[in-house]
Amino acid sequence: MDRDKAVEVRGVSKSFGSYQALKSVSFDIGANEFFTMLGPSGCGKTTLLRMLAGFESPDSGAVLLNRREVTSIPPHKRRVNTVFQSYALFPHMTLEQNVAYGLENLGWERAKIRARTGEMLERVHMSAFASRKPAQLSGGQRQRVALARALAPEPEILLLDEPLSALDLKLRQAMRDELRNLQRDTGITFVFVTHDQEEALDMSDRIAVLGAGEVQQIGTPTQIYEEPVNRFVADFVGETNFLDVEVLEAQADRAVIRSALGTFEAPATKLMQKGPATLSLRPEKINLGDQAAGVITLDAKVISQNYMGGFTHYTLEAGGVTLRASRRNASRQGDLVPSGEAITIGFLPASARVLAS
Amino acid sequence: MSRQHDVKRYPGFGWLTIVFFAWLYLPLLVVVVYSFNANRIAGVWTGFSLDWYAAALKNVPLMNALKTSVTVALIATAVATSVALMAALAIIRGRNVRFRRLSETVVNLPLLLPEIVLAVASLILFSLVGIQNGMLKLILAHSAFCTPFAFLPIRARLQGMNLDFEEASADLYASRWTTFRRVTLPLIFPGVFSGAMLAFLISMDDFITSNMLASGGTTTLPVYIFSLIRSGTSPELNAIGTLMILASLILATIALLVAGRGTRNT
Repeated sequence: MDRDKAVEVRGVSKSFGSYQALKSVSFDIGANEFFTMLGPSGCGKTTLLRMLAGFESPDSGAVLLNRREVTSIPPHKRRVNTVFQSYALFPHMTLEQNVAYGLENLGWERAKIRARTGEMLERVHMSAFASRKPAQLSGGQRQRVALARALAPEPEILLLDEPLSALDLKLRQAMRDELRNLQRDTGITFVFVTHDQEEALDMSDRIAVLGAGEVQQIGTPTQIYEEPVNRFVADFVGETNFLDVEVLEAQADRAVIRSALGTFEAPATKLMQKGPATLSLRPEKINLGDQAAGVITLDAKVISQNYMGGFTHYTLEAGGVTLRASRRNASRQGDLVPSGEAITIGFLPASARVLAS
Repeated sequence: MSRQHDVKRYPGFGWLTIVFFAWLYLPLLVVVVYSFNANRIAGVWTGFSLDWYAAALKNVPLMNALKTSVTVALIATAVATSVALMAALAIIRGRNVRFRRLSETVVNLPLLLPEIVLAVASLILFSLVGIQNGMLKLILAHSAFCTPFAFLPIRARLQGMNLDFEEASADLYASRWTTFRRVTLPLIFPGVFSGAMLAFLISMDDFITSNMLASGGTTTLPVYIFSLIRSGTSPELNAIGTLMILASLILATIALLVAGRGTRNT
């Protein structure tokens, strides 16, 4: 993909006292991209976002927006807008005044401001509430107004700081689609920060997984989930089984390993060294009972099960190790296997992943 | 709180409440009642009259003292509130403020010092520097000791205000000044108003410093009232007192209304 670069982060480091929040982080974000920074709290994702907005400055390194160095440019001079986690709607202004605020500061004409404000409130279905104050709105409504306010000045980049975390589950799902559509319609680069891996996988063009102040991996949602480069990523995104294995033979992108589940060849991200390593095998890659198909099949024993409706999660014992597996409840026959019962499991070695331990 | 622990159900609660309010307000009630007494001798009721109010309003030295007090209080309030606002912004909003706690303590220290010390100190300083103008001396001294009173509510309000609002404003292309004018100031206004109100009342109420600095033509209201008492009480004092109570009630009501409006917003 030959996209223009909307954001360039170059060797950015930041410490708060003795705590190093970012350790020489570098990456690019393409124009018109829905880019997500995903990581646990304290991984540095919010600090990075605040640097793009201009609220924090790096101790070293540089930040470029649309190929222009902005490291020392204050927030009000950056063509970037933020949707805050708290929404930060001005409580003493009406919704209309909130949305118009950025346009007034940019010196737009009065008539244009009116038109744009109306258009934006229309777009988020809040026109009927234009003259209300934020305190009179529900969480979902506030969130939509915050979005309208941030998009009204036609920013080059929109920053979103965990904007869905305060909403309830149903609303959160609806907002995901709304955000995604809004990004496609406007073509504005979205930089989204979240600790929710499902949100990240669902919405993003690309995801940067951050951990311990470093970029652990950048890639499409499928790459992040299916081809994690290390234990951290495999563990943080989705659920997985980690097995201690031994690498017998290694090539650039695969390795022959010996494990409790047998000796086989599985994909690896990089050239592995012979010796101890880790195998990541996700629960849904392990097929059970009548669904057990795959190159490798084994006998296992059910230890416990959690019925989740659409799926049942099983804890199993096979080859002397404990595995988590999930089974789609396709029909009612054989869906629930009682504890203590023997069961056949199967998986494709190609869907497992060899990682450095 | 569960019903059993409701303090209203404790034995003697009603009586204690009555005693408390009587203790607090009985002296004031006496002043108000006798301000309408036709008799010159306090304690002997001979009929309703507004004569003492008329006398008070016609008392030229009293009116001059009132004018001096209000002038000093208004200027001191403006100065003290502005200084306190700037101090609060610098201490609470400044980045990397060294000695933040120390700075706050230094601003508030005059609250802990006996006023007589400050009064004597002001007197000595003014004579050392050679300030002659009585009015200027009063205004300078009042502005100084009113500042910590104005500072407290402003600081509290600023500390309670979410930083996100100011960041959102900057994010929406507002300069620092625009952010202050359109976001910070409106949101901390109840605090600023309380601070100004407090400064005004403290200045109006001040006796020790004003008495120490008083010279011809700069007698404030409390100083004048004190001089009246020394030459024997007059029912006129009751009328003045009642009018002052009324003024305080009006100010307190406005303050409550403004503060109430502020809490609803955040």
